[in-house]
Amino acid sequence: MGLFVISLSDVGEGVAEAELVEWHVAVGDTVSEDQLLGVVMTDKAAVEIPSSVLGKVMKLCCEVGDVVAVGSDLIHLEVDGEGNTAGRTDSVEQTVSTTANLSENQTDEPKQKRDALKSNTHSKSQTADLRSSDRNIQQGGTAKQKVLAAPSVRQRARELGVELSTVSGSGPIGRIVHADLDKFTERRAQPGNGVKTPDASINIVKVVGMRRKIAEKMALSKSRIPHITIVEEVDVQYLEDLREELNEKHAQVRGKLTVLPFVMKSIIEAVREQPELNALYDDEAGTVAQHAGVHIGVATQTPNGLVVPVVRHSEMNSLWENASAVVNLAQACRDGSAGRDELTGSTMTITSLGPLGAVATTPIINHPEVAIVGINKMMIRPFWDGQQFVPRKMMNLSCSFDHRVIDGYDAAVFVQKLKSLLEKPAMLFLED
Amino acid sequence: MESTRTQLLIIGAGPGGYVCAIRAGQLGIKTIIVEAEKPGGTCLNVGCIPSKAVIHAADEFYKMVSAGQGASDSMGISTGTTTIDFGKTIGWKNGIVDRLNSGVSGLLAKANVQVLQGVAKFRDGKTVIVDGREGEVQVHCENVVIATGSEPVDIPGMPFSDHVMSSTGALTLTEVPKSLAVIGGGYIGLELGTAFAKLGSQVTIVESEDRVLSQYDEQLSTPVVKRLKHLGITLLTQTRASGYEADDAMLSLIGSDNATSDIQADRVLVTVGRRARLSGWGLEELSLTTENGFLSINENCQTSMLGVYAIGDVTGEPMLAHRAMAQGDMVARLLAGQSQSWDRQCIPAVCFTDPEIVTAGMSPDDARLAGEAFDVTNFPFMANGRAMTLEREDGFIRVVTQKHTNVILGIQAVGAGVSELSAAFSLAIEMGACAEDLAATVHAHPTMSEGLQEACLMATGYGLHL
Repeated sequence: MGLFVISLSDVGEGVAEAELVEWHVAVGDTVSEDQLLGVVMTDKAAVEIPSSVLGKVMKLCCEVGDVVAVGSDLIHLEVDGEGNTAGRTDSVEQTVSTTANLSENQTDEPKQKRDALKSNTHSKSQTADLRSSDRNIQQGGTAKQKVLAAPSVRQRARELGVELSTVSGSGPIGRIVHADLDKFTERRAQPGNGVKTPDASINIVKVVGMRRKIAEKMALSKSRIPHITIVEEVDVQYLEDLREELNEKHAQVRGKLTVLPFVMKSIIEAVREQPELNALYDDEAGTVAQHAGVHIGVATQTPNGLVVPVVRHSEMNSLWENASAVVNLAQACRDGSAGRDELTGSTMTITSLGPLGAVATTPIINHPEVAIVGINKMMIRPFWDGQQFVPRKMMNLSCSFDHRVIDGYDAAVFVQKLKSLLEKPAMLFLED
Repeated sequence: MESTRTQLLIIGAGPGGYVCAIRAGQLGIKTIIVEAEKPGGTCLNVGCIPSKAVIHAADEFYKMVSAGQGASDSMGISTGTTTIDFGKTIGWKNGIVDRLNSGVSGLLAKANVQVLQGVAKFRDGKTVIVDGREGEVQVHCENVVIATGSEPVDIPGMPFSDHVMSSTGALTLTEVPKSLAVIGGGYIGLELGTAFAKLGSQVTIVESEDRVLSQYDEQLSTPVVKRLKHLGITLLTQTRASGYEADDAMLSLIGSDNATSDIQADRVLVTVGRRARLSGWGLEELSLTTENGFLSINENCQTSMLGVYAIGDVTGEPMLAHRAMAQGDMVARLLAGQSQSWDRQCIPAVCFTDPEIVTAGMSPDDARLAGEAFDVTNFPFMANGRAMTLEREDGFIRVVTQKHTNVILGIQAVGAGVSELSAAFSLAIEMGACAEDLAATVHAHPTMSEGLQEACLMATGYGLHL
């Protein structure tokens, strides 16, 4: 019996490390040759790591989520015979690298990334194709798509990094002369002078860290949850009058109120009657966990992307307490001091883009919750009061529900409840 | 063992290697070049230069002999008996080669290139052992250029000897053989066969295919074949050599119908092709990709190993000195950090038969294969005044142009002395000229080059002298 070490092989051009995202085997498993051991994620693609031998898993050298350097040990196998660690001096040398199979990540890879991967492989195959370029040399003949230009013009273009086929030639039958190159480079040097030259460059942005988490979460929600979205118009004139009054009286001591704590309050009231909406749906276990506590997540934009801090047990808080909790949490998220407890555990989420809130949105449910409340932009709109049009402050709510566990009727009842509470804000407090 | 380090090591001082070395030296790259023989390679020592010397001597001799036989009577020229001391001819040829040898050595020295005389052998991609007169030297280099060239191929059962010669052997003869059989009717065989016929040999060309000069289309080869016959050369096509008996100077042949025959041949010249020199320098120590017996290279002459370049004949067709030179120059510039890539539009080729053949760019067959829509125009030297005054009205200039645009895709010519027109042909193609450009260029009168302008005038629809 010997020890056989499989290390992370070269997983792509210029890639020095990769994140281990899946293990497909566990210690004690017997693996066959070519059996999938795990998957690592580079910034370009998911790469499957197959076993190169038959053996028994002795040790997994890293955990899912670890970033592994190319050349580091991935897995130790016990094999018949000598293994591959004889005379081993360090962990990088002497180990057999895996033959990594590049495979596209099928489900949640943004298209841009996939395209980038494709173009990458394409260009690679071009440079690696010694045979075809050799043939070109050997024939020494006219290129297929002949660009007409003197050798000195071609050389200068090469030095300037200009692809001659993109230059329009002023000579007979489109022949490119030095003056054409001058013009081309002048234009290139001064963008926006009215002359449009196509910029074919592609800026590849790595989807890493928080952005990758967001992407995964959004994809998970959208791919698993059949959303139903209801948009309802809410007359918030009275609410706004009340809010103004309260702010005039208490802002200095208790802090300023936005619409948000009122919406939170109305949700707390509404789910009292509809506890199935303040719930988490575990679709694998087939259970819906209805929570007594209303832990409201508030989608918050930070420099790094979207986070959802949670006001825990918002039902225990006063209007002002909820208002200040939201402000404090948002600040903590923006300066990066929010802890894990403050970022998890919500049972329903509110999303608001404030002044950018648009007329309607289609909010994506914060998985595994079953409902999300989107607040749209408030604006003065004409309202028919039965006799005439009057200007009223109006605001739309766009609410999405997990249609697997929430029927359209229940969703509509919930939205109507929010509407009636927000339109007659006194009710919010009477029912207490 | 002595050991040294260098930035660039070049193996082979032929036209590719020595040009690469001179340019690299000029650009400040520390360069060593290794050569087992004299500098200049096949071209200078046993190829282009010596063969052209012999061809020239043969032409001069033939003219005088012909004049003596009354051929120039109409011009009013007559001579007495003309003789040749071929040993002296070869001595004169060697003098030219020697001058060029020392010329190359001088240029290498001027460019601060170190020359190591000896046989190079790779130990690995960065280390080469040079086995020279003063023992072995180990050279470590950052980059290496393989320019080992090519060598003549022999026929199974007929190894090279005193009587069965390669082109190298034929160029060192001190006597003109009475009868000479040339096996292989390609350009080398026909160039030398023609020369020896003019020098007085009874020449037989043995070609296995159904016509000689099969790398050229029939239109180009026809004037040459006509001349071969005029010179009394026997052409045996679809015929193979099966053995040679040196004692009674008999060459055995097999015809297309498997009929065997013997012909008298004091000497046999084998010119059936050349192959890349891939052995003797340690190819087995490297992992280089080859294709059809040649080293594979990309557009920067890089082989499949990092830091290992290859240029010239060892990289395949066309096996021409000027291609190797251009590659050598390019690689040196690349190594000096210049932006370079092989994008030459044409490599002209000259066949120094009588008449000569020049090809540049696409032939009509090439254009057809490439799927081009094209036109062909042809101006015969019969209609050229200068050709008449030279008594050489055979041949023509042919221009292949792209339909509608008249872009010059290729130019070919066959005629006496047309090799000197090759510059104009390749210049036109390399500059991306169209037929109108050449038609509007004033060509000096009276010259054979006017045929180029005329062919282009015809391509534009404005032919003048035809």
